[in-house]
Amino acid sequence: MMNDENILEVRNLNVSFQVRGSEIEAIHDISLNLKKHETLAIVGESGSGKSVLTKAFTGMLEQNGRISQGTIDYKETRLSDLKVNKQWDKIRGKEIATIFQDPMTSLDPIHTIGSQISEVVVKHQKKSKKEAKQIAIDLMEKTGIPNAEKRYNEYPFEYSGGMRQRIVIAIALACRPEVLICDEPTTALDVTIQAQILDLIKELQAEYKFTIIFITHDLGVVASIADRIAVMYSGKIIEIGTCEEIFYDSRHPYTWSLLSSLPQLARKGEELKSIPGTPPSLYKKIIGDAFAPRNQFAMSVDFKAEPPMFKVTETHYAKTWLLDKRAPKIERPELIQNLHQHMLEMTAED
Amino acid sequence: MDNSNRETLLSIRDLEITFGTGNSKFVAVQDVNFDIFKGEIFSLVGESGSGKTTIGRAVLGINPTSNGQIIFEGKQINSKISGKEKFDIERKIQMIFQDPSASLNERATVDYIISEGLYNYKLFKNEEDRLNKVKKMLEAVGLLPEQLYRYPHEFSGGQRQRIGIARALIMNPDLVVADEPISALDMSIRAQVLNLLKKFQREQGVTFLFVAHDLSVVRYISDRIAVIRAGRILELAETEELFNNPIHPYTKSLLSAIPIPDPQIAKNRGNIVYDPSIHNYSTEKPKFEEIKPGHFVYCNETEAKEYKINFK
Repeated sequence: MMNDENILEVRNLNVSFQVRGSEIEAIHDISLNLKKHETLAIVGESGSGKSVLTKAFTGMLEQNGRISQGTIDYKETRLSDLKVNKQWDKIRGKEIATIFQDPMTSLDPIHTIGSQISEVVVKHQKKSKKEAKQIAIDLMEKTGIPNAEKRYNEYPFEYSGGMRQRIVIAIALACRPEVLICDEPTTALDVTIQAQILDLIKELQAEYKFTIIFITHDLGVVASIADRIAVMYSGKIIEIGTCEEIFYDSRHPYTWSLLSSLPQLARKGEELKSIPGTPPSLYKKIIGDAFAPRNQFAMSVDFKAEPPMFKVTETHYAKTWLLDKRAPKIERPELIQNLHQHMLEMTAED
Repeated sequence: MDNSNRETLLSIRDLEITFGTGNSKFVAVQDVNFDIFKGEIFSLVGESGSGKTTIGRAVLGINPTSNGQIIFEGKQINSKISGKEKFDIERKIQMIFQDPSASLNERATVDYIISEGLYNYKLFKNEEDRLNKVKKMLEAVGLLPEQLYRYPHEFSGGQRQRIGIARALIMNPDLVVADEPISALDMSIRAQVLNLLKKFQREQGVTFLFVAHDLSVVRYISDRIAVIRAGRILELAETEELFNNPIHPYTKSLLSAIPIPDPQIAKNRGNIVYDPSIHNYSTEKPKFEEIKPGHFVYCNETEAKEYKINFK
């Protein structure tokens, strides 16, 4: 039975892909609760599995991919048991909607903006075409499109990138989803437009009360939008906690490295802290902790056994042997201990 | 800082670049003026469509210019120059591209990719000398000699960008135009590549024209920054000066939009929105004014007076 606070529960999920005759695991043993109305950010580098994970929530895994173990529950529905598209139609878009990175490829270039929104309204909310048009125009106004009535009849190429992303958001909201997955929605946009879109998403969430899963690699964006953060590496969640816990009290060496390599923390004339090496290839079997070869704090156990999730607080967990009782006590790097102080100094000058 | 006795490597004077003719004529860059000093990293920062890449490409001679001068080592290079001079300049100004997967020849080995320029310019005495140079460069960018005979697809994005850097720097250039060299890379790899560029600046005195949109990266890497919008440079200053005392309202808006990786600050921060209609340039024409030594702003007389008062 699902906890009342949660809207989505993932248990011991594995997702694997058939590639050239062999099976590779893109998601390994992930358990996760998504709380109602929260914004959970998933942070990771390319290939860490953050997009694959959320594709599993909407049945959009590629043909060669499958859930090989574990369960995904959304309210009363066991998503991991859904097989055919007909079953998914009740969930996808309607209950769980996704906004993608590139607003140009998610819109149809040969249909007007308005028709693409009202089409969704007609299909999902069973409205007449006339009613749908009004709802579409309202949504366009809500998402900050000036002259919505006039621009209803324009085509995607007549819109700027930021405006297109607003339309993609309007389409996603047209079916009143409960969960909105935002897959790098601002990565392709300019910084000033990015700031506007983030504000818009926050405002709309306050009004429509949906839950957000926000995928990104930009820690600055995460800080402004997330309630909780899950950090992924090589198909696993290696640390999860509230936004404050991850930024001010992180425990996993990979999280430390990510924070340390922020250009904002580097002093002029000093080298930027970088993580040596590259993320592991999924084709090779990983023994022990996947981050160990790049981890300056790695112990011999890291190369032998996979660490479990250690509990730090009720809301904060990290998958590193450093939290084991027998491990030597290692402090976070000095650079990120003073992260808040440092950022204050930097922004105060502006 | 006093810039009067620094050696200028590249000067841009009243640069204008247009695309198309007649009714479809579009002015992508206009009234652009700046100098790049020897050994510095100079950044052009702007949003998409601002013309920053176009300027970079004009310096490389890829985009023809319609007006103004590009002066490199004291010689104008955007006018008619002899074939020999052009050949010479093409070695001295190299480029690093944004997308390391699209900018490398997929059918050539790393050895050939890095050596291609050496072949074209016969910059080696014999085969042994060439191989030595390539291996040294490979090491300098953090790749291994045994990777010499591999193909680009066998490398990760960060490694490919290193190959791109090696190919440019083996030519011993005076100026490198780096157009968004890290925006296609993952965050843990970005720092590696940035450190690499800094290393070449420090150890070999290479000058960089860095074209980028990410202000937090630009702040770390550059000595001076020019902010460009809609084809015009609106503000130019030394890096810390620009971040600490931004003058032009557009620069302020751009700085306020940088995401700050700190939840307490990020969640309590407002964005400044820039409205270009606040400038009234109908009677008084604006120009590029030096408000403070080394700090330039695009404004008219009235605005300049205001800026100067607020500055004291």
